[in-house]
Amino acid sequence: MTENVIEVRGLRNQFGRHVVHDQLDLDIRRGEILGVVGGSGTGKSVLLRTIVGLNRPAAGTVRVFGQDLKTLSGFAREAIERRWGVMFQNGALFSSLSVRENVEVPLQAIPGLSPESRKALAELKVSMAGLPWLANEKYPSDLSGGMKKRAGLARALALDPEIVFLDEPTAGLDPIGADAFDHLIVELRDALNLSVFMVTHDLDTLHACCDRIAVLAEKRVLTTGTMADMLKVDHPWVHEYFHGPRARAATTTERGKE
Amino acid sequence: MTDPIQKNALTASIADGVLRLKGDFTVWTLHDLPAGADETSGIDLSEVYHLDTAGAWYLLGRESAGARIEGLSGGQAGFVDMVRNARPEPDPEAPALKSWRALLERTGRRVVEALGYARELAEYQGRFLAAVGRAIRHPRDFRFTSLVYHCQETGMRAVPIVALMSFLIGVVLAFQGSMQLQRFGAEIFVIDLIAVSVLRELGILLTAIIVAGRTASALTASIGSMKMNEEVDAMRTLGLDPDMVLILPRVLALIITLPILGLISNLFGLFGGALMSWIELGISPSMFKYRLLADISVDHVIVGLSKAPVFAMIIGVIGCHAGMKVGKDAESLGAQTSTAVVAAIFAVIVADALFSIFFAEIGL
Repeated sequence: MTENVIEVRGLRNQFGRHVVHDQLDLDIRRGEILGVVGGSGTGKSVLLRTIVGLNRPAAGTVRVFGQDLKTLSGFAREAIERRWGVMFQNGALFSSLSVRENVEVPLQAIPGLSPESRKALAELKVSMAGLPWLANEKYPSDLSGGMKKRAGLARALALDPEIVFLDEPTAGLDPIGADAFDHLIVELRDALNLSVFMVTHDLDTLHACCDRIAVLAEKRVLTTGTMADMLKVDHPWVHEYFHGPRARAATTTERGKE
Repeated sequence: MTDPIQKNALTASIADGVLRLKGDFTVWTLHDLPAGADETSGIDLSEVYHLDTAGAWYLLGRESAGARIEGLSGGQAGFVDMVRNARPEPDPEAPALKSWRALLERTGRRVVEALGYARELAEYQGRFLAAVGRAIRHPRDFRFTSLVYHCQETGMRAVPIVALMSFLIGVVLAFQGSMQLQRFGAEIFVIDLIAVSVLRELGILLTAIIVAGRTASALTASIGSMKMNEEVDAMRTLGLDPDMVLILPRVLALIITLPILGLISNLFGLFGGALMSWIELGISPSMFKYRLLADISVDHVIVGLSKAPVFAMIIGVIGCHAGMKVGKDAESLGAQTSTAVVAAIFAVIVADALFSIFFAEIGL
């Protein structure tokens, strides 16, 4: 827990006159799972999109692996992009490709990789994401929401990235599916030494996987820390979030498990 | 390469039948293995710094082929085990059929699909008629505003294109007809030629084809996007019948407006023909009108326009059916839209051919 893989400093995002982030600072350390929480409209997804470069910030810097994304262009930027994987909320799978072909898309960037190896590696990733063999040849429209998320994760993991961004990975999954997904993320983190940036609303997920939690409120990261730290914060919104009836249910079940 | 991912390139050497790897063994360096690497009896990884799933996958493949794997660090060994456990188990493949049997099976499937399509179209036709019946019994369920809106969309807005197209067809017919008829000195019969072909066939057929292209695609797109968004399902749960809300007003609007469009098409076709006859052959408009009223039976107009409601029904039912068949992805919306247009135009032409035979048989 030493090196910061992502450093966000003084970030400002605004759409027209609506300021979403102002003076936002955030660190993600190597090998940790960071959960980002915040009320609706506090810009959790905007933050994710800004870090991966889909959204240009109005001010501030985003440093990934110590390099400022704004100053990078062309090849250097592509090289950075290959070191992270993004799983979008609904999987964002290419609808004209089967699941296996979707996972093969990032692998096509590798020079010299034979089509057979590519196919086998894609099948391995699909299996690692917890999908059955049958899912390989299915098209996104034939998959359930949970399977789409898993396929999206398989594609995000295709190049063995160092950072994985997950946008609401467990939203819309049933509790068993969500639980399995939590385990999968922790397992993959341990195996691949991933750093995970996870936007979530799911308190059970926060309990089950996240090493640290960052709370977005008042246009910045209000506080970061472990779950135990969060329970001590006396900001009204944070208190309400982590002490509300749902939060209590999540903490008690978590204690019951241990 | 200056790719920063390849922090440590892979160097591989083969000695005594053992493949010695040094550096990063990842998906990026997998193809750097030397020729003959796959025939070695062992792999030494003691100098590999970084191993990813692709590297582990290669090792496992070699391991199952009988090669020894040596020199993995504790963490790497655990990682290889993780990949081993995650390796997919291929399902047994269904036995492949012989080529002629596969061909037979494919043909059979296509035939059943085609019959199924015809059955579904009949079903939608029935649903439309049932909705009409229901609207007559319970006029309050009928959506008059929607009907007026769709009449405007499919009817009013199609008037300029239909009028222009018919006018040009009339012009072309007069021009080509006069060239041929002049050779026999029978210029005057150009009026019969234009009137019969426009009134009986071309006016309504071309209108139907334009409307099929314009409206069948619009129907599929509008119903299909609602289907994609689960709006149709929401409607059902709210006690609204999609047949009444979506299909009835749209198809009914077509049935009302297509004959009117056909009439407009006839008028503009005759106008274009008269204009061209006047310019090309010097047949004055009053002469044109005289011969038209004296020689051409009103039966031709009746024959032409009587086809319009049938064409309208075909276009509407095919468009609505395709819309309802749209799945949950945007791709099926596009596919269904183009299918609907092709099927509607094809069906209209087939129906027109059947009408020709029918009218010839009854002597109209």
